[in-house]
Amino acid sequence: MPSSTGNKIINDWLETKGFRPFLFQQQTWELISGGQSGLVNAPTGCGKTFSVFLGTLIRYINAHPEDYRHTTNTGLQLLWVTPLRALAKDIGRAMEEVLAELGIPWRLGIRNGDTSVAERARQKKAIPEILLITPESLHLLLAQKGYPSLFRSLSVVAIDEWHELLGSKRGVQVELAVSRLVACTGNKLMLWGISATIGNLEEARKVLLSPLKKNGVTVTASLQKKLEVESIYPDEIEKYPWAGHLGIRLAYKLIPVIQQSRTTLIFINTRGMSETWYQTLLDICPELAGVLALHHGSIDLELRNWIEEQLHTGKLKAVVCTASLDLGVDFRPVETVIQVGSPKGVARFLQRAGRSGHQPDATSKIYFLPTHSLELLEAAALQSAIADKLIESRMPITLCYDVLLQYLNTLAISEGFTSEELYQEVISTFCFQLLTRDEWGQILYFLTAGGKAMHQYDDFRKVEIEDGVFRINSRKIAMRHRMHIGTIVSDAMLKVRFITGGYVGVIEEYFISRLDPGDVFTLAGRNLEFVMIKDMTALVRKSTQKKSIIPSWNGGRMPLSANLGKKLREMLDRMHIPGPKNWPELQALIPLFELQASISHVPAASELLIEQIETKDGFHLFVYPFEGRLVHEAMAAILAWRISRITPITFSFAMNDYGFELLSDQPIPVDDSNVYDLFSPDNLLADIQRSVNSTEMARRKFRDIAVIGGLIFQGMPGEKKKARHLQSSASLLFNVFSEYDAENVLLRQAYQEVLDQQMEEARLRDMLVRIQASTIVIRFPQQLTPFCFPIKVDSMREDLSSERLEDRVRKMQQQLEFGK
Amino acid sequence: MKNPVPHILRQQTLWVSPERCIFWEEENTLILADLHLGKSGHFRKEGIGIPQSIYKADLQRLMAQLYLYKAERLIIAGDFTHSTANKELDLFIKWRKDFSLLHIDLVKGNHDILADSWYSDADIQVSPLKLMAGPFLFLHDLKAEKELTAEEKKMYRFTGHLHPAVTLKGKGRQTLRFPCYYFTPEYAVLPAFSRFTGGYKVQPTKDELVYAIVDDGIMRLP
Repeated sequence: MPSSTGNKIINDWLETKGFRPFLFQQQTWELISGGQSGLVNAPTGCGKTFSVFLGTLIRYINAHPEDYRHTTNTGLQLLWVTPLRALAKDIGRAMEEVLAELGIPWRLGIRNGDTSVAERARQKKAIPEILLITPESLHLLLAQKGYPSLFRSLSVVAIDEWHELLGSKRGVQVELAVSRLVACTGNKLMLWGISATIGNLEEARKVLLSPLKKNGVTVTASLQKKLEVESIYPDEIEKYPWAGHLGIRLAYKLIPVIQQSRTTLIFINTRGMSETWYQTLLDICPELAGVLALHHGSIDLELRNWIEEQLHTGKLKAVVCTASLDLGVDFRPVETVIQVGSPKGVARFLQRAGRSGHQPDATSKIYFLPTHSLELLEAAALQSAIADKLIESRMPITLCYDVLLQYLNTLAISEGFTSEELYQEVISTFCFQLLTRDEWGQILYFLTAGGKAMHQYDDFRKVEIEDGVFRINSRKIAMRHRMHIGTIVSDAMLKVRFITGGYVGVIEEYFISRLDPGDVFTLAGRNLEFVMIKDMTALVRKSTQKKSIIPSWNGGRMPLSANLGKKLREMLDRMHIPGPKNWPELQALIPLFELQASISHVPAASELLIEQIETKDGFHLFVYPFEGRLVHEAMAAILAWRISRITPITFSFAMNDYGFELLSDQPIPVDDSNVYDLFSPDNLLADIQRSVNSTEMARRKFRDIAVIGGLIFQGMPGEKKKARHLQSSASLLFNVFSEYDAENVLLRQAYQEVLDQQMEEARLRDMLVRIQASTIVIRFPQQLTPFCFPIKVDSMREDLSSERLEDRVRKMQQQLEFGK
Repeated sequence: MKNPVPHILRQQTLWVSPERCIFWEEENTLILADLHLGKSGHFRKEGIGIPQSIYKADLQRLMAQLYLYKAERLIIAGDFTHSTANKELDLFIKWRKDFSLLHIDLVKGNHDILADSWYSDADIQVSPLKLMAGPFLFLHDLKAEKELTAEEKKMYRFTGHLHPAVTLKGKGRQTLRFPCYYFTPEYAVLPAFSRFTGGYKVQPTKDELVYAIVDDGIMRLP
């Protein structure tokens, strides 16, 4: 046991509280005392906060053994970056308690989108010793004049929930901010990531520490939390999985679960669904009124805060929530967690399960409620994957130009930057280590000259160069940019307000764009009739209609992970072994699989099933690779393109995590003679590029990129003032750039994102290689099968055609929909 | 398909062009709406780097159409410019000098907010709300209808503002969307001339018709 002054003081204090530090905490303290950086790998609820926080205190006490209780205003010491606002308050509370008991006169500040103007001003006047901050707010600090002086005294930066940030654009934001902090503090900074278990922990550490040019150490908590999974079954397995109904019919089965535990968290995959669940639970069990709450990202902030308070004090019986309560400090009263619908990955499932039973030796209990019966297969696959410790990796993003552009604008409105110095900093990050000087030049050119222009007739103005320093001088542009910094948090969000005035909340553009005027949807517990979209606002009126639209996609846009897909295929194999199954979930599915086998076929793990079915909608081709929505989407496009080389034909596609569908108005020429060629990995990249679909996918990617890169000004949710005459849709901009400036970095990024993230090219290739080595089984069922049903009702569709546009229009002409 | 198609209305011959404008043969007049000149310049002035070539392309298309028909008059049903003045508009002024014999009429749209002097310098005849020509009445926004006299309401109206687009649906849930001309028995809505514009979905009823702009051709629907 090392016994520095600080260590002794902390250990004594823990002893008076009756706590004994965990080994991983002691190891972290040791490393921080020694000035090292690294990554702490510990599950939620195991004191990971105290590992880095107390380490920082120990180092401080050691440096100031005499006066650590007296010195005030020592400047910022610890910067704690958390991805979710909800985390900050709880972590802050825990830290303040420790500081008070130890008599250390440090102040603690919280800085995020909810921080009041007055509080910001106070922080600016005298920066607290500890600042809890979100990645966006950190960038906002970098947008303040004189920011470098804030960080001069900084000694430790902690990045909490790094596994969540890694692989997202917010993670890139953190990488860039860290590179700036490292430079501001003259390289004496310590960096600590805190991460749950993921498949690529070593890489996670390397990415974070990249700007330090140090290896660092990973400290792993060897705590194994016990986990119990229980699926909720329908009384009778319906042979046609009720996709689209989202398992709401099973809601009554949750009531006893809720009643028997102290507090229950009910995780729902999307906001829209959580609204429905909340209403349904209240309808079924009116006693829950007052002790059941709804928590999601579009809910009014004050209400969310109140709900979290109530969770802490154990006054709520249950909370229906989305990913908004995925992360962070535990709510001690939570005993039970219910996951509704597929969690899409092992890591996410574990994370959610971990929200219950936080004493390190307690058992986490999670119930799984399937939204269609095939998801029971997933429940078995999840348990098998957990047993095998198959946790997903989070792949870091590289060369994320939109975030870089936003960051450069940020620096340009505060202190400005010089090209060479900042280039070196930027390429010190993992994300931009391969950024060439040529690309850097293009990015700076876009910022200063706005790309292609007619000089004489142009008044482009954004970043200006003065004595080699890049700056934004226009106050209007600076203000608009500040409002923009938060936009990485979420996808394009639309404000929802009543046509008569009055703000309701915000909602994903993705959801609204699928509605037609007159459709009724639910937000914040109200039924609303959609009227129109105007100026980035969805206008609605109150509706008395009982039925409202439930979004039919599952799990947002998270695809099924590769690990879980592999496990699912293994489960199919088990269905072939006669006799009782070792998971009750599989046992329950036997009738459904018997039906599937009798009208079609149940594929083994070494088989690929293809079904061709004719209905009044046209000719369907269903394929079941179990590789996740994204790979299916790409494969559908490639397959459609390859078939269209055989004959001119037009398709629309649909897909879910288990398989995909091609639908055409003419028979689809796929049979035993050509099917292996159609699924060949040869020429994959070329075929991806040729399939029209990549343009459409890039168009969708471009929406986020255009917002982050500053091409679209959204305004803030709830904010009234619009940028006059500056409205345009991402889709229009995509057309304009494609036609008139195809080399634009943001446009190129859209295509690259499609390849890396949307197509998951590597995974796609693996799948095709796997299929080549397996048996392809083609069946022609006379009716829809249990497997195809959930895909058929999925409404996310894409088009691909090899027919001439005019011919397509001629064909459609007869079907032109006439109004009343 | 690539050529304009004739549309006879009140004994007048209107050539509906895939270049988003109509040539009125009897009056030797080119009719269009929603040019939104200077839109890319407005975005650029605010720091949003829209490629300026789109503006050049719009102007060149306009010039090409005027040469093609040797039109003597240009009627614009509103939103000729996009916002406040910027340098892009200087290019238009220069261009205007080469077409000094052309008579230009503008019915003011909600985006036409430049100073009166600008229009007189550019030699553009401005009508604040409506413009009568032969059997036709030109407006920018249908909303102005309620201010028309009974007499005027008997005239066939041409409007802009909407940027109409038509969505076609096919089997297998295919959909396609095209900018279009929208003709009702009472009035017509012109497509936006500028390519830097979005679209508003229109749904023709039984006695209405649309001309969709498909690729570079015109297609009459239904």
